Amino acid sequence: MSGDVVLRVNGEDRVLHLDNRVTLLDALREHLRLTGTKKGCDHGQCGACTVLLDGERANSCLLLAVAVAGRAVTTVEGLADGAEPHPLQRAFIAHDGFQCGYCTPGQICSAIGMLAEAAAGLPSAVSADLAGTAAVDLDDEEIRERMSGNLCRCGAYAGIVAAIREVAGG
Amino acid sequence: MSAGTGLSRLEGRDKVTGAALYAYEYPVEDPLYVWPVGATVANGSVVEVDPAAALADPEVVAVLDHTNAPRLGQGGIADQHVLQSPDVAYRGQIVAGVVATTPEAAREGAEQMLVRYVERPAKVVLDPSDPSLEEPTAAFGGHPGSDAKGDVDAALAAADVVVDRVYTTPTEHHNPMETVATIAQWSGDRLLVYDSNQGPWTAAVAFGALWDIPPERVEVVTEHVGGGFGAKVRPTPGAVLATMAARVTGRPCKLMLTRQQMFTMSPGRSATRSRIRLGARHDGTLTAVDHDALQYSSVIHEYVEHTGAATRTMYATDNLRITHRLARLNLPTPRVMRAPGHAPGMFALESAMDELAYALDLDPLALRLANEPAVEPAGGLPFAGRHLVECLTVGAERFGWATRDPTPGMRRHGRWLFGTGLAASTYPALQRAATATARAEPDGGFHVWVGAVDLGTGARTALWQLAVEALDAPPSRVSIHIGHSSHGQAPLAGGSSGTASWGGAVRAACTALRERLAEHGGVVPADGLAVTGSTEPPPPDRSRHSYGAHFCAVRVDADTGQVRVDRLLGVFAHGRPLNARTAHSQLLGGMVMGVSMALHEQTVVDPRLGMFVNHDLAQYHVATNADIRGLEAHSLERADDDVTLAGGKGVGELGIVGAAAAIANAVHHATGVRVRDLPITLERVRGQ
Amino acid sequence: MRAFRYARATDPGEAAALVAGVPDAVYLGGGTNLVDLMKLGVLRPGLVVDVSGLPYDTVAHRPDGGVLIGGAVRGRRLGLDEGIRSRFPALTRALLSGASAQIRTQATVAGNLLQRTRCPYFQDTGTPCNRRSPGSGCAAIPGVHRDLAVIGTSDACVASHPSDLAVALAAYDAVVEVRRPDGEQRLVPIHELHRLPGDTPWIETVLEPGDLITGVHLPPPAAPSATYRKVRDRWSYAFAVVSVAAVLRVEAGRVGDVRIALGGVAPRPWRLWATERALVGTDPGDDDVRAATRLAFADARPLPGNAFKLDLAADLVAAVLRELR
Repeated sequence: MSGDVVLRVNGEDRVLHLDNRVTLLDALREHLRLTGTKKGCDHGQCGACTVLLDGERANSCLLLAVAVAGRAVTTVEGLADGAEPHPLQRAFIAHDGFQCGYCTPGQICSAIGMLAEAAAGLPSAVSADLAGTAAVDLDDEEIRERMSGNLCRCGAYAGIVAAIREVAGG
Repeated sequence: MSAGTGLSRLEGRDKVTGAALYAYEYPVEDPLYVWPVGATVANGSVVEVDPAAALADPEVVAVLDHTNAPRLGQGGIADQHVLQSPDVAYRGQIVAGVVATTPEAAREGAEQMLVRYVERPAKVVLDPSDPSLEEPTAAFGGHPGSDAKGDVDAALAAADVVVDRVYTTPTEHHNPMETVATIAQWSGDRLLVYDSNQGPWTAAVAFGALWDIPPERVEVVTEHVGGGFGAKVRPTPGAVLATMAARVTGRPCKLMLTRQQMFTMSPGRSATRSRIRLGARHDGTLTAVDHDALQYSSVIHEYVEHTGAATRTMYATDNLRITHRLARLNLPTPRVMRAPGHAPGMFALESAMDELAYALDLDPLALRLANEPAVEPAGGLPFAGRHLVECLTVGAERFGWATRDPTPGMRRHGRWLFGTGLAASTYPALQRAATATARAEPDGGFHVWVGAVDLGTGARTALWQLAVEALDAPPSRVSIHIGHSSHGQAPLAGGSSGTASWGGAVRAACTALRERLAEHGGVVPADGLAVTGSTEPPPPDRSRHSYGAHFCAVRVDADTGQVRVDRLLGVFAHGRPLNARTAHSQLLGGMVMGVSMALHEQTVVDPRLGMFVNHDLAQYHVATNADIRGLEAHSLERADDDVTLAGGKGVGELGIVGAAAAIANAVHHATGVRVRDLPITLERVRGQ
Repeated sequence: MRAFRYARATDPGEAAALVAGVPDAVYLGGGTNLVDLMKLGVLRPGLVVDVSGLPYDTVAHRPDGGVLIGGAVRGRRLGLDEGIRSRFPALTRALLSGASAQIRTQATVAGNLLQRTRCPYFQDTGTPCNRRSPGSGCAAIPGVHRDLAVIGTSDACVASHPSDLAVALAAYDAVVEVRRPDGEQRLVPIHELHRLPGDTPWIETVLEPGDLITGVHLPPPAAPSATYRKVRDRWSYAFAVVSVAAVLRVEAGRVGDVRIALGGVAPRPWRLWATERALVGTDPGDDDVRAATRLAFADARPLPGNAFKLDLAADLVAAVLRELR
């Protein structure tokens, strides 16, 4: 019912003895003290727990830690380049893309994953052209739809879109 | 750098890097985890709690129920008296708590608990024909339960035109992104609580009262809070349970409500039913305004949503009557939620004003301008700043209202029907008693302590800016400290009053410190110099409210009835904000919640089970990023709105008030369908 | 959540062997619904066998225009597939309309088909539910059922199937490939995968213990013109109130071939056979499409809180065929 699990978090291998029931989210928060990843609903309904799993955005609350052993997990704590924040982290501050800040790590991780999806040509539910294979041009409608898996109850959506637009455009 | 400018948040970097610590995230030694068990009946008594299956797991260290839980003092409110009796007043009320060495074991232990009840019939539906409705003498916020001037019935009988309609709003839940979270730890009779709440000092007072200890022995730490909106104004039953578990086990105990538990173990907004009757002359002059408001409370505590309160301040009329009635239901005690009273009440009044405009064949803007009062309509007090007319006219200009054809259901392009609507907003400019301490250090540094809390409002940054300005000190030498009950008496963050109240105290303390320093010839004594300042609420000599106007453009899918808000423009008069950037964000955030209230939000009650059915974020819909476009908030800074020591009036709630009415009015303009019941679901737009 | 054993299967035979004779074993794919329901106590497996690493994670296009989508293919991967995007647009739109991008990163095609109803009573162990707890009754019929099914229901259960993807698969006449524990392959038309509740709502599919969905076969599309429209209570990240997938071929101004499936209205993706028959060979206006849609609702059993879905579905089908023509 429990066992040793090697989690590769922010480039570092961490060995934990975990109950099989422990989610990646709780492993990060309760076992690794990486509390930047937030628990908002614990059921994949809010996006606050979003991390990057092998570079793709995922809800850490729905992942069993034991099932992601060995895969590369990147959390909000692992985004900065040394002392230099990630451009999206800077942009969220510049555009006041948050208020309480609780959804923010998930928003930022999600946005990084989203930019990679768009660059790979993945369409969204609002894309007029599904068949195109080029990188998607992210207008505001595209950003809004693609970021809708991250709820913000403070209603900072306008700032969030502006922050992502700035980074996507640059 | 001085107050009023748009400095970015002091804690911004901590929040975007994940370094900011929220209540559940403080490192504590060897913690235990607490999982509450909610009642599965809506009315009755617990007759047996069998913890054997839960305790069979060695990781489960304790089970609390009404037979073994510590006895609490008489202080606090009924909802906080967790496990003090076998009585169950609503489904989801805490009937047991499981304490374990891991959260996984605590959750499974809670699943294994066997609780038997005797069940009694429950009343869970708000029913205007309920013969046991109460007529409370007072509604929340010091508002009178009922209030009248002139002869409303006679004026309605004599009116040229009467609008007589019922508007309803459902139970709603705040759903802050961070659920209620608490870490409780006792050392002897001293209690340390890391808690997600809206006021560390008021929380400490409450915990002290519940445990019969002086509040000075309680330290509540609330540095960062993942949103409140009213859900966290008082210690919740879960927070009390955590302090009990810590008491019983002698170890730090951690509790974080699940999203599902938030619906019953933290409060929601009462459903409301407003019957609005407006009488007018053909020229648009209002002759009678009658607002009869029905809301509910639980059977264990009286909370009266002041749904009719905004109607007291809005429009000139010689005959005005406001009545509040209260049903007592087997539901959790509702509580304030962003713009309590005003958000549901102004949906009703501002929808009715739109209906009156159509009944009179007048422009809805002109109707409002024609009924602008010189003094507060209900009490006759002079206004301490108003500018509603200016908000309306400036908004109309920015929005392009003048070219609007009022005919409903006329603008179809492809599958879309287009329409526009407007509504007014208002919220009281509250200010409460507060203290702050400012200290000068010999090295030239300054520290300011105030028991404030930053729910995301920007309070920390605004208070720091204010301190820098009041001390006239180099910004880099001024530190602000908030979020601890030991910082002194301070009101909670609620009613848009927090920053004004704390700011008043900060200004008082900093101003007094400068004076004391001057007495010392500008030289700081070797052991520093500290001064405590305080503020009191202003006398009730003027009508202090902020005002605003929403202009909305919607499109409605003619095939399905789905509504999309294309544009929501607000103009607000609230005086000088301490920080224009965070104030603007607050206004936008209120408007987003207004869109959400209008189109999405409702907590659905199962009438047989007394259950809040849609108790998660997949089923309780709040606006997503895709639901929001075309937001604009504009502020009018008028000097006579600067009615607090901190400057202007609060902005936390102003953005939500009236937004739902503006949207409903726009939906009517687009489709010809008047939706009087929130939320504006597609089947309501379809007339089904 | 009950404590459970976890095992990762490296080949399908091992997966079958691991679950053989273990009645409380489950397969784990993306886990986006399984872990969700385990936290709620709705599912309490004693053994979780992780099959997400099995070699069913490719999308194979065949020379005849058909496609085999592996059961372990994740939503994100499927959304990127160029052939699916260009030739099965309704499938791509349905996929991208479901859940959130984060969930689509994880969720698998097989898991999508086997996800459970979002009936609120099914998800709350404190209430009666015949589907979760056989014989306990249905709280939804006398209670809150606005989002539940209007057709294909029984007095025991009115749950609706929540999938978007499956609705498009139904319109494309997909066939589900199932690996039996003995290694044999069984083909199940998508229309037959999910059972209607009848008196046994807890038996949700025709799968038997140990069966593993290894893939979904799409025959060549009946027409290139196809789409998926989802009506929901907000513009993203919400389950369907009603959705429709439609594939349409117009020949000389008349309907040559049409395939229509609805989501949100039934315990499984609901194919509108009668509507299709009525429309083929005609040049229908909106009212004709609405009337034809109602033909398929002859056996509907709407409840007071969800009867509006019948008219909504008819209007939606009319709107979508209008768009496709």
